[in-house]
Amino acid sequence: MSDSTTPQNFEPRIVAFFCNWCTYTAADLAGTARMKYAANVRVIRTMCSGRFDPQFVFAAFREGADAVLLGGCHPGDCHYMEGNYKALRRFFLMRRFLESMGIERDRIRLEWIAASEGDKVQRTINDMTAAVRALGPLSMEKRALLHSADLSAAIDKPESRPAATKGGAA
Amino acid sequence: MSKPKVAFYWCAACGGCEEAVVDLNEAILGVVNAVDIVFWPVALDFKRTDVEAMPDKSIAVCFINGAIRNSEQFEMVELLRRKSQLVVAFGSCAHLGGVPGLGNLFGRDALTATAYHDVPSIANGSNVKPVEESKTPEGTLSLPKLWNTVKSLEQTIDVDYYLPGCPPPVKLIVGAVEAILAGKLPAKGATLAPDIALCDECSRKDTKPEKLTVTKFHRPHEIVIDDEKCLLAQGLLCLGPVTRKGCEGACTSVNMPCTGCMGPTSRVEDFGAKALSAIASIIEAKTDDEIVAVLDKIVDPAGTFYRYSLPASLLHRRREPQSEGVHKS
Repeated sequence: MSDSTTPQNFEPRIVAFFCNWCTYTAADLAGTARMKYAANVRVIRTMCSGRFDPQFVFAAFREGADAVLLGGCHPGDCHYMEGNYKALRRFFLMRRFLESMGIERDRIRLEWIAASEGDKVQRTINDMTAAVRALGPLSMEKRALLHSADLSAAIDKPESRPAATKGGAA
Repeated sequence: MSKPKVAFYWCAACGGCEEAVVDLNEAILGVVNAVDIVFWPVALDFKRTDVEAMPDKSIAVCFINGAIRNSEQFEMVELLRRKSQLVVAFGSCAHLGGVPGLGNLFGRDALTATAYHDVPSIANGSNVKPVEESKTPEGTLSLPKLWNTVKSLEQTIDVDYYLPGCPPPVKLIVGAVEAILAGKLPAKGATLAPDIALCDECSRKDTKPEKLTVTKFHRPHEIVIDDEKCLLAQGLLCLGPVTRKGCEGACTSVNMPCTGCMGPTSRVEDFGAKALSAIASIIEAKTDDEIVAVLDKIVDPAGTFYRYSLPASLLHRRREPQSEGVHKS
């Protein structure tokens, strides 16, 4: 795995949340139709795109995902009437937050893919893999460790601590 | 029998938590009668050396407020942890990182540059910056090291209980102190506050519509606020639905929307993510352009949804380019 994170051999890890009724079915169709697409996506099936919670996305980034793809039914086609609109609203607000956290727009994507659009699954995954490959690794989990360096530096080198001055803390 | 020993300490905080202790009013006399306060820098003249001289675990309970963002604060909380049987994270900053935690949107170098150089009110012609060591004719002077990342208390030491709020409501403080004195504490790791959302105790609860939708967000100064109607139904960005109750609607009862200082309930891992999700979901618009127009009224999503909890969130802090991400010591 360590190879995959060097710039030359970087293989993006993309976590996808696909809704049961449209996008997941489309991914199934792409499979049965033997359409080839980049093997960089790990698909998680949710019952509806409206089930997507920003916590899922942030947790994926924390666990080492380089990008997250969300897939749902086209507007008006949601099996539960409104779920995809809720996903869309969350997506826009979440993307603005992620930008302020220094995470590029291309690392998070929402696509409407109907059950019959196996070719769109193929195209979307290939496009996104190429885009994320160009961006390079996100390495959020490594950065979280790096930032605990503040702490370990203090633990590792007690001699480097400022000497307790008289009345120090008070 | 000697009285249980209690300590208070503050780290990166505004002092409001100390005020909250004083806000106990008459109740504080009961507390003072029941316990021995052995360390409280803001009110009593004890020094660090006094704490160092105490036997380990000799303090029954230590209340620590404030986030941890420099080496001295870390040394102090480590020391107090060693000397205390129980450590309570007191207030939003110790609990989730608090307002100082928003420093994680920038990092040490950017913050120092702003504070010592960029702000218009600074006259710093000789470009003085804080350094950890400076040599003077009298000897070498030292300052604590400012961390690049602000942390909540539990990210630095083991914490037994959490008292949320900015500052914690007096009622919860009294409840916690009574529980400690009576030895009737819940399991370790508990948050000493009710585990249900604020709407439950909001005076406007009955006016919350069955299906809550928002067509436009307003900031509190932009509209005349109805004293009785649900604030979200009036288009005010109120985080009551995702925030733990226990404050008895201190803000909502005076026409100020909830900003989420009590943090999440036990079912939520990342407060801001859930808040963002809840608020976005109730927007009525359905097309991209309309949704974006409504969301544009939320000028600062990070500061709005993570006002008290960025360090404790899943992402902790703003991502920096790899080269800068490495800690410079």
